[in-house]
Amino acid sequence: MTTLEIRDLIVVVDKTQILNGVSLTVCSGEVHAVMGPNGAGKSTLSAAIMGKPGYTVTSGSVTLDGVDILALPTWQRAIAGLHLIMQYPTEIPGVMLEQAMAAAFDTRGKNTSELSRLIEVEAARIGFDPALVNRSVNVDFSGGEKKRSETLQLSVLQPKIAVIDELDSGLDIDALKDCAQRIEDATRENNLGVLVITHYSRLFEQLKPDFVHILTNGRIVKSAGPELADELEVTGYAQYTN
Amino acid sequence: MTALIKPLNKDQIKPTTKMPTASEEIWRYSRIGELDLDSYSPGLVTTKIAELGLLESLVSNITKVTPREPVDVFEELNLRNAQVTAITVARNQVIGEPIIITHSVDKSGVIVYPRLVIEAQENSEVTVVERFISRDEIKSVVIPVVDVRAAQSARVTYVAINELGTSTWQIGYQQAVGQRDSLMRMFTVALGGEYARVRAEVRLEGQGANAQQVALYFADSTQMHDFRTLQDHAAPRTRSDLLFKGAVKDTAKSVYTGLIRIRENATKSEAFQTNRNLILSHGAWAESVPNLEIETNDVKCSHASTVGPVDDEQRFYLESRGITPEIAERLVVLGFFGEVLDRLPTVPFISELRERVSAKLLGVKSGKAQS
Repeated sequence: MTTLEIRDLIVVVDKTQILNGVSLTVCSGEVHAVMGPNGAGKSTLSAAIMGKPGYTVTSGSVTLDGVDILALPTWQRAIAGLHLIMQYPTEIPGVMLEQAMAAAFDTRGKNTSELSRLIEVEAARIGFDPALVNRSVNVDFSGGEKKRSETLQLSVLQPKIAVIDELDSGLDIDALKDCAQRIEDATRENNLGVLVITHYSRLFEQLKPDFVHILTNGRIVKSAGPELADELEVTGYAQYTN
Repeated sequence: MTALIKPLNKDQIKPTTKMPTASEEIWRYSRIGELDLDSYSPGLVTTKIAELGLLESLVSNITKVTPREPVDVFEELNLRNAQVTAITVARNQVIGEPIIITHSVDKSGVIVYPRLVIEAQENSEVTVVERFISRDEIKSVVIPVVDVRAAQSARVTYVAINELGTSTWQIGYQQAVGQRDSLMRMFTVALGGEYARVRAEVRLEGQGANAQQVALYFADSTQMHDFRTLQDHAAPRTRSDLLFKGAVKDTAKSVYTGLIRIRENATKSEAFQTNRNLILSHGAWAESVPNLEIETNDVKCSHASTVGPVDDEQRFYLESRGITPEIAERLVVLGFFGEVLDRLPTVPFISELRERVSAKLLGVKSGKAQS
């Protein structure tokens, strides 16, 4: 059982305060959806949790099973069990997916002898073209290939808690279903805890949230069960943005 | 046949042209001011050519190729004192295996003048690899010249590998001239030398001639790499494509200055030039100066140049997978060079080069032992 606990998080980007005190707790096996309009601070939350340069936490805390995550460099946050699926995955010319995964296994002290087979199995599961494994990470990938690649990496690295930023952007409906279903499966098979950040609720058909939080103006203004997502479909964010 | 090789004596190295200075545009940013030619005596480079078997007759030390008028004192000195290796490939002859030449500078205090002439006659094909090595403590100067002459439809691949020691200087010249429908691929890998300069020029003289110039350079410690390139289009429908990628670490420096020249008669030509530089340490410095000189319309030209550190986003992406910053940087830099390494022809030493680049990134002492 793992717990990611975010407490009163305040984050500044380019001298502007974007998060104004966010608190949220994600446990193993749970799916928490953070929903909100553009500019609410959703992506900032994911970037700050993973320690992206330029995102300064000025107060508050993030802990993983009591360990102060904010005190760790990014790579150690990943080793501790966090994983970030990026909204716009970065292209890395000349670095192959399998090569990156092998390096990630090395720092975890995991044997790489089964890695190729594991990638093959996971690729088949989400319809990722295995030929892309030996191409540069994300370079010339379509939107769908990028998110399938991101999901593949998550399933290969088997983190404890996944932070998923706008999975559905740039994604066709088939790829979205494949990726969201794979993550949903991981919550049951591996007891993965998920913090999924999204504008729309269309990915909830596969990835079923247990909790829905509305983030506007850098604050969580309402938390409830999955029914809140249905309500938002009808009403939109307007009533929460004042 | 004209023999270029001559007995060496002290008088003969005296040049007729003046030493250049860094105030001349072509020597701008260079370390030429530090070089005192008089403190070196003429010496000999040890040249080994890997077993050729039946192909031995291709190689000699005499050539019919007329060299160009020397552009400066160093090229003049080479012309007058050259140790020549001449490779002549006959009409329609295709040499499948690469010819591997290794020049080793074994003594300090000397200046040496290796000269390689590759004459590929009509519709012939050849690959030549030329390596330069010395031990780290060898304080000497190498002035290498390579003349490539590709006749109509000839295909020449040339790979220069600089693995000189960290006290050795190099001031080199590549002059490749292509006739109608020829293809010249000129590769340079520079890892060694204290100050290593190459003036790399291709001249497309025949219609439809094609030249590629590809280089990887990586300087660390107090090394400096200095490249001057010229893509000279002197006939219609010619094509040139240049990709130079470099990195500097510690307090190393690099300079890239490249010119695309499209002459008036070179209509419907295409010329591309890309130079990218990674700066891996705060104390390191790189300069990139691309230039175009186009005397006709109806051509396709582009140039791109970048100088900067490893991309933060790329680093963050890999680190977010649980990869340490050191390994992440190594992956990104090796990936950056991968584009060049992947284009190198399949010849011995290539896999070794990848390892040497990797070792350099890790700060492992890189001096190549004399082989």
